[in-house]
Amino acid sequence: MHSEPRLTAYIIRRLMQSAAVVLAMSVIVFLGLNVIGDPVYLLIDPQADQAEIERTIRRLGLDQPIYIQYFNFITNALTGNLGTSFVHGTSALKLIVDRMPATLEIAIAATLMSIVFGIPLGLYAGLKPDNFFSKSIMATSILGFSLPTFWVGIMMIMVFAVMLGWLPSTGRGPTATFLGITSSLFTIDGLRHIAMPALNLALLKISLVIRLTRAGTREAIHQDYIKFARAKGISSSRIVGVHLLKNIMIPVVTVLGLEFGNLVAFSVVTETIFAWPGMGKLLIDSIQSLDRPVIVAYLIIIVLLFVIINLVVDILYSVLDPRVRIGEKSA
Amino acid sequence: MTGADPRKQEPTLAVEGLKTHFFTKAGVVKAVDGVSLHVNPGEILGLVGESGSGKSITGFSILGLIDAPGRIVEGSIRYKGRELTTASDEELRKLRGDRIAMIFQDPMMTLNPVLRIDTQMIETVRVHHRVSKSEALERSRAALAEVGIPSPESRLKNYPHELSGGMRQRVAIAIAFINKPDLIIADEPTTALDVTIQAQILAEAQALCARTGTAMIWITHDLAVVSSLADRIAVMYAGRVVETGRTSEVVSAPRHPYTRGLINSVPSHNARGSRLAQIPGMTPSLMNLPKGCAFRTRCPQAIDVCLETPPIREIAPGREIRCFNPVGAAQPAAAEVAP
Repeated sequence: MHSEPRLTAYIIRRLMQSAAVVLAMSVIVFLGLNVIGDPVYLLIDPQADQAEIERTIRRLGLDQPIYIQYFNFITNALTGNLGTSFVHGTSALKLIVDRMPATLEIAIAATLMSIVFGIPLGLYAGLKPDNFFSKSIMATSILGFSLPTFWVGIMMIMVFAVMLGWLPSTGRGPTATFLGITSSLFTIDGLRHIAMPALNLALLKISLVIRLTRAGTREAIHQDYIKFARAKGISSSRIVGVHLLKNIMIPVVTVLGLEFGNLVAFSVVTETIFAWPGMGKLLIDSIQSLDRPVIVAYLIIIVLLFVIINLVVDILYSVLDPRVRIGEKSA
Repeated sequence: MTGADPRKQEPTLAVEGLKTHFFTKAGVVKAVDGVSLHVNPGEILGLVGESGSGKSITGFSILGLIDAPGRIVEGSIRYKGRELTTASDEELRKLRGDRIAMIFQDPMMTLNPVLRIDTQMIETVRVHHRVSKSEALERSRAALAEVGIPSPESRLKNYPHELSGGMRQRVAIAIAFINKPDLIIADEPTTALDVTIQAQILAEAQALCARTGTAMIWITHDLAVVSSLADRIAVMYAGRVVETGRTSEVVSAPRHPYTRGLINSVPSHNARGSRLAQIPGMTPSLMNLPKGCAFRTRCPQAIDVCLETPPIREIAPGREIRCFNPVGAAQPAAAEVAP
């Protein structure tokens, strides 16, 4: 395609912009964490003498002025070393990466659920707005929006794990390797474990997708191009599946992209309720023990993740909407 | 194009007493309230009226594209003798785009922005005819060439936004003609275009109809446009046809006061420097039409009997008006109306 060099330039420009974002973010987080408390006293045995405290401070590099600490951190980061966890004594990056598959699979499962349930239900509600079922869908979606995640999670455990005993309440199931990917999505028991936490996470996203799809459908259905397609004698399934869906997918893809980032980064509550061994739980634990390297590394990874997701969404745009010309004038 | 007496051949389309009403919360909107018209094979009928006179709704009713809260409540639409008001959705769908096609007003909105031209043309062929993709593509290319689009081969690969308004309307016309329909309903297809493009499109549509024998209903508010294009004219006012006849007769000697008002409103009919003629008042609300003749309140020659609803009557072969006191009548026609 003739637009490929332009696309490459665009991606490079975007990555450079994101490097600046990561840099700025690291400064803010680094300084901010310095203000909120001293990790040494959380780490050390209360009975330790002054000499031991001094030793620990030196070992962690906390005796240096903050700008030197930051400089050391950046120099190390450029070589791929995001520091060593104060608590675990291992590489912060490795800690996060080890937890990542569990979080990714729950985020993917929740996103898939929001697509599989959200788009058809939203389409239906948009095509037949006055029908009783459509009104029920919309009413339920308001619940999906407004009920707090933690409460729904607890209720789900009560009903499906405690009362009915259908699904396990906590933890991640056994994993299996398929096409080089190791995930609990490939075992039956793994699926049973992930069903509840994923649905819990997905509930809000499903509601969001339903409302977006419905709004898009309501708007598009009155457009001339839909009327023209009908005047051409096109079957209603093709009108909905091709003419309509391709037009309303644009906002849905944007929102799903951003929401996917949110799911990966901030599914803390659900991971805590269902004791899901993901990154969210690691973040909470690290904040509680003021494990600075892990927090900084985590946030940097999340920023990178959002940058990549945004890039993918932008590229998907140009696939979905031919009017979007990536790289002509940067958006 | 037409025979001596149009009613000796079977018309392509005959609409009889069509009423399409919209049942809104605020009340019943009688958008089309007793329209009768017919089009003969190869003939171009100009359907003229102001905005809101029901001309577009008439077009959509013929195609069976009236959505709730609208509904055809009365009347018949016969395509080649076949009743369409009672036809199933599927039967109508099969007719649409194949035997009866439509061209819309705004070419910027008609084509789907996210689908390529070839996709939108091929689907029109393939939904009605069992042909291969390459055959459908070839027909699409030929249809584009037919409407005067240069290098149709590469235009097929374009998305709508890459084409100008005039070009897009040509594509829409090509799509309408692609299955060689018997009837095309053109809903103000040149209104949104520059005058130069407008003239080209008009000429092309006329030539295409003559070449393919396709009949056409050209809906417009612009009398100047139809007078150079249509064989016959039907003038609509407030959901009813008030005057029909051969274009030359209607334009040169209008009999309904509304038609005369319309013609006098065309600026070229005025002497330079004189004040433009206008029809006083506004189109009445379709929800609350005046009793009797809907034009009564704006009519310069309204008489007492106009409080009754005037029936449509033939004043000369092929010439019908819906008026008690037509222009140029020696005395009011009330006496002619049979009780």
